Amino acid sequence: MSTAAETAHPAVPRREGRDRARQQRRAVTSAPWILLAPFLALFALTFIFPIIAAVGSSFTKVTRSGLFGEMGVHSGFAGFENYARALGDGSFVASIGRVLLFGMVQVPVMIALCTVLALLLESASAKWPGFFRAAYFMPYGVPGVIATILWSFLYVPGLSPLVDAAGSVGLTVNFLGPDTVLWSIANIVTWSYTGYNMLIVIAQLKAIPSEVYEAARVDGAGPLRVAWTIQLPLIRPALVLTTVFSIIGTLQLFAEAQVLQTVAPAVNSQYTPNLSAYTTAFAYNDYNVAAAQAVLIALAAFILSFTFLRFTNRKSS
Amino acid sequence: MTAATPTLSQPQNITEKPPVTRRRRPGSTTILVTGLLVVAALYFLVPVYWVVVAATKTSGDLFATNGFLFAPHFVLWDNLANVLAYGDGIFVRWFLNSILYAGVGALAATYFAAAGGYALAKYNFRGNSFIFGLILGGVLVPGTATALPLFLFFSQLGIANTYWSVLLPSLVSPFGLFLCRVYAQATVDPALLEAARIDGAGELRIFHSVGLRVLTPALVTVFLFQLVGIWNNYFLPLVMLSDSKLFPITVGLNNWLSQADRLPEFYQLTTGGVLLSVIPLAIAMIVLQRFWRGGLTEGAVK
Repeated sequence: MSTAAETAHPAVPRREGRDRARQQRRAVTSAPWILLAPFLALFALTFIFPIIAAVGSSFTKVTRSGLFGEMGVHSGFAGFENYARALGDGSFVASIGRVLLFGMVQVPVMIALCTVLALLLESASAKWPGFFRAAYFMPYGVPGVIATILWSFLYVPGLSPLVDAAGSVGLTVNFLGPDTVLWSIANIVTWSYTGYNMLIVIAQLKAIPSEVYEAARVDGAGPLRVAWTIQLPLIRPALVLTTVFSIIGTLQLFAEAQVLQTVAPAVNSQYTPNLSAYTTAFAYNDYNVAAAQAVLIALAAFILSFTFLRFTNRKSS
Repeated sequence: MTAATPTLSQPQNITEKPPVTRRRRPGSTTILVTGLLVVAALYFLVPVYWVVVAATKTSGDLFATNGFLFAPHFVLWDNLANVLAYGDGIFVRWFLNSILYAGVGALAATYFAAAGGYALAKYNFRGNSFIFGLILGGVLVPGTATALPLFLFFSQLGIANTYWSVLLPSLVSPFGLFLCRVYAQATVDPALLEAARIDGAGELRIFHSVGLRVLTPALVTVFLFQLVGIWNNYFLPLVMLSDSKLFPITVGLNNWLSQADRLPEFYQLTTGGVLLSVIPLAIAMIVLQRFWRGGLTEGAVK
């Protein structure tokens, strides 16, 4: 940050310029705050304050005196009681296990798929790369809810041509059964975000200098060799970034499960951690436990992202 | 930060590569690769194709005929007319709400992120790196974690279930500020700012006339990010809104779908509504995808 040193000493040492210089220096010290003010105010309102409030209310218990709370409502410090209740709820813990299993399968599959598609599209052998890139990216513009509605039509027996087609060759498929519906959701998420992640990978592939390819060509490396030994190592930062965002996204799973509830009885109101927190807050009106659940989800996202980053850093050094 | 400009100029470097592979194996690799890409394209396009077909069918045909084939009765226009007319044109209202939330939200969020990112990149002041660290932490906070406490707070203020309850949280983009700061550091020349100062321009004036212009490529990326993010958001409006007149299209369409198991005509309304909402977005994504490159690399490299 050398800019500040320059701005602090305006290059006008002349006597008559001194007043203006002082005035300007004052402007330089207040300007960043004026520029930052709207963002900081909104950031405090919609990030910092809710996080503090959530942490606060997760440590609070509300007791109502009298049968219907008519004797007044008291709130007091609850210690880790709400956390104990959140973690003592088998369905909530099961939902965390479920999304972890989901993430361990879906995230690698999606990252592998988007990498392969990016490498194929950027390989010289691809025809019409512009069309394919646009087709793959298109689902990113379809909101998760609408993507789920779309796919649910392809899952529901009677509506789905896929179920019909499987039936005509003697197979019974049930996309919405208790064992399969998690992977049906994984398919929707993969469909939505592969193209987006692919664009990030392509952007990084395009940043590889052409001399690197030329050197490889001189050494006689074939396209597969180039992909494995040159492109993959060089797009690592993009892969790490997309993986971290995918992990955070997985823990936040909500819309897909919530929408499928209407067509899949196997999806209950605590199917994912977020759905669980939503249900606790709005169906059971237990905001304090819901706050504890929200904090736990955020913590899990942090821990997983950092563990992954640590892991990848150690591997590279 | 060397990634900023090179990414825009580098595509041709990669296209220099073709002769290698093509000379060695003329046809077979191209056919294989293109074949794989076609299979992938089918996967991404099939659900959209299904909904196009389904929207042309009567309720009876929807369940009686093959989902991938057009039925004898072609009633697309009737279906779409029903979608637009149902409930005094509530669908149109949802659509306009989505445009309002996403358009206004993304525009203002981009401006605020640009001002903040520029300030953090171009001024050295006490607390600079602390504020940046704080905002960077915000990038990792799941959006759904803040929605519940925000709802409780907005309820107390009396602005839950209003346009503001969805708009206000949409005005903040920590990731956008991050991108703007990185981009401003790499591209806004301190000498240019110094020259403007010597000319007597005020600091805010310098930001608006010099800063914003240099930042434009990053601003396009931030705007698109935020636009899609708000358009696709479901949890926040679901939590905040109970008046169906304020719904964005995501919450509205799910409301229709949830009635379909009792009232099958909602299947037709939902498929028609999904088609009407997907088509403009699909076109927008195809047109806009080339704008996503420049700024995205910055996020990836840093």
